[in-house]
Amino acid sequence: MSVVELQNVSRWYGNVVAVNDISMTLQPGVTGLLGPNGAGKTTVLHMMAGFLAPSKGAVSIDGAPTWRNPSIYGTLGLVAEREAVHGFLTAREFVVACAKMQKLSDPAGAAKRALELVEMTGAQDRRIDTFSKGMRQRTRVAAALVHEPQVLLLDEPFNGMDPRQRMHMMELLHSLGDRGHTILFSSHILEEVEQLSGLVQVIVAGRLAASGDYRRIRRLMTNRPHVFAVQSSDDRKLAVALIGEKSVSGVEIEASGLTVRASDYGSFTRALPRIALGEGIRLRKLLPSDESLESVFSYLLEA
Amino acid sequence: MSTVAYITARGLFGRRRALLLLPLPLLLVGLALICKAYDVSPSDWGQPVVVGLGLAVVLPVTALIVGTGVLGSEVDDGTIIHILTKPLPRRDIILAKLLVASGVTALTAAIPLFVVGALAESVNFGFALVIGAVAGALAYSALFLLLSLLTRRPVLVGLAYILVWEGLLGRFISGTRVLSIEQYVIGIADKIAPSGVLDGKVSLPVAVVMSAIFLIGGTLYAINRLGSFSMAGETS
Repeated sequence: MSVVELQNVSRWYGNVVAVNDISMTLQPGVTGLLGPNGAGKTTVLHMMAGFLAPSKGAVSIDGAPTWRNPSIYGTLGLVAEREAVHGFLTAREFVVACAKMQKLSDPAGAAKRALELVEMTGAQDRRIDTFSKGMRQRTRVAAALVHEPQVLLLDEPFNGMDPRQRMHMMELLHSLGDRGHTILFSSHILEEVEQLSGLVQVIVAGRLAASGDYRRIRRLMTNRPHVFAVQSSDDRKLAVALIGEKSVSGVEIEASGLTVRASDYGSFTRALPRIALGEGIRLRKLLPSDESLESVFSYLLEA
Repeated sequence: MSTVAYITARGLFGRRRALLLLPLPLLLVGLALICKAYDVSPSDWGQPVVVGLGLAVVLPVTALIVGTGVLGSEVDDGTIIHILTKPLPRRDIILAKLLVASGVTALTAAIPLFVVGALAESVNFGFALVIGAVAGALAYSALFLLLSLLTRRPVLVGLAYILVWEGLLGRFISGTRVLSIEQYVIGIADKIAPSGVLDGKVSLPVAVVMSAIFLIGGTLYAINRLGSFSMAGETS
């Protein structure tokens, strides 16, 4: 079990502040690093991976600084955004070379396992420069996983993968996370993050805008009404009853049911069954409709 | 370290750039053979071919192609990251690359220089050129490895060193010779087998000490620079 920690980390390039006073702790499991393009995600990843010195603050893995400390690569695996691979090697040669550089006792066996994990055994004896983008990506993931690192950092790992490969990669990251590995992947595609991880670190304009489970983050945004989709045996009667409830700030009647805006998540979800019971209405559906990562993200960007 | 050397060597010979290593040695030996075949006196062709082409062009240009090829190309295309994300001391990475670069340079330059030296003077003179070329290969390789980490255009800066510093200034301003690897090579070979072909202008101790300074200083600085290797973020 490894923990990655950033303490009051800032990084600037001349007059441009790329990362501004970020503190975060990554625990075992899968965490998504989210943010619009240019927000500073890659800068944060590079500092975690020891390829950029923080201008201020400290970045460490299990207490050991990442900058100018090659020994961390025994516990860290990195899949960088840049796709360059030694194209003149075959996938197997490449992964075996990585295993040897990790000083593993059985490089061939470790390489075989890593290539099986990413489903690349069929093409392992082809030169990497004949590969498609997705195959290269999987080969790089195999190389990063060959020493079974406790911490795996991935910068936009799903780029160039087809839907099936994406699904497989997501399953792989999930299972690694479940086994206690600390995994951080950056992405600007919200759907990917939503499917892969509830835990997010959101970076906006170089600052950490939010951190934690995005559903919980949503609930903490008390200044924004929560939107629920409700269906019942008598929508109109339920709408009349709901509008009298203190925690409800608006109700719309639509063909598909009610859209209810509640100012307080907890009070509303407790009040609704009570009201329905009192009015003799049967509830058929209750769905929080703005708890998607996309809406949380857009709220954070607007804030 | 051996894996890094293996990848480096495969990368060097796997690129088209490696083909650039062939014409210069062939030209050098070809010219010497033609002069010999037409019975031109070695005192007429020895200096221009051995010094003007061999030591001033073939050795440094080979070292430049190889030295920047083993590290500069990997830095340029980003593949260096796969070597750097391993728990290897940066010293081992630089030493592996230096070994490959100086070995390939020495082989590529020393063999034709030996042939040309033997044709121009004697086998002894050929050996002297080999020893000078090996010392030069080590010093040049350390310098060009370092340049690959100091600048994004190591080939351009290296060419400027070879052509402007050594080629132009070295000829007219005597003080620049103290910082010219070409002059160390000439100095070392000339002291081992004195001949009319070479005209060593720096003393043997200066040549040996300065070559060692280029080699050791360049290597240490390169190790330090590689330890601080940075990848630019998207906002840079």
